[in-house]
Amino acid sequence: MSADFLADYLTTFFPGNQDEPSTIERQAEIKSAVSYIANELLENAMKFNDETSDYPIDIKLQLESEGVIVSVANSISPQAVDKFQAYIQELLASEPSELYLQRLEKNAADDNSTNSGLGLLTMLTDYTAKLGWKFQTVHKDPEVIAVTTMVQLTV
Amino acid sequence: MAMEINTEDYQICYDPATATVSFIGSLRLSGPAEYAPIGQLLAQVADLEPTKITLNLQQLEFLNSSGINMLSKFIIEIRKTARVQMAVQGSQSIAWHGKSLRNFQRLMPGLQLDFL
Repeated sequence: MSADFLADYLTTFFPGNQDEPSTIERQAEIKSAVSYIANELLENAMKFNDETSDYPIDIKLQLESEGVIVSVANSISPQAVDKFQAYIQELLASEPSELYLQRLEKNAADDNSTNSGLGLLTMLTDYTAKLGWKFQTVHKDPEVIAVTTMVQLTV
Repeated sequence: MAMEINTEDYQICYDPATATVSFIGSLRLSGPAEYAPIGQLLAQVADLEPTKITLNLQQLEFLNSSGINMLSKFIIEIRKTARVQMAVQGSQSIAWHGKSLRNFQRLMPGLQLDFL
């Protein structure tokens, strides 16, 4: 699985004394968090990718002194942009753990839900990640819009 | 009545003696449709109405958000029956357990959560 591979590779950049349990535990935490976040971002990118465009799905890991940024870019159909931006506004305006519970209750009551809508929320509630988004018009006529989702993890 | 599911990535099985559903491996299915067989196994367990159902997640190495959704939905359904107790067993040595399993207690306050 590509997310696991990236996470595994990343931990080589967070060295420490391999004989110390705290180093091993820290590396396991980083690996687990990056693996989960990369997997969720890739799943979202594949679900929401604009099928009519050839724009590739891109994943990037940036190492910083205090943490890691995982970014995934994908195309998004111009018709889907407003709905997605409204969702982002809702995320930013809400208390994530409240929204998380509400979403779980709503999903449980709805037999027809096709998407849990929990990926980004769990990053906020379980991984205390910071999220950011960038929208770019990559091409006009036909219009192709790319969105980059960035997740910052403090490690 | 299939009380177990075996694939290359994960195994799920029900032990009637302890009313425990064990999850082993890595679960990253793409959504409710793919999680439906597991949901059905859990529904069959619920239909047996044991006094308490235990979800043994000690060997569940990876669970994506769609999987968290599926387990949460099951816990909510059990909570609504108000007849069956729930217990969840996690592992102290799997990093995501400490972060995510406590949310199940927020969904169902009486849920017993142990990290073994």
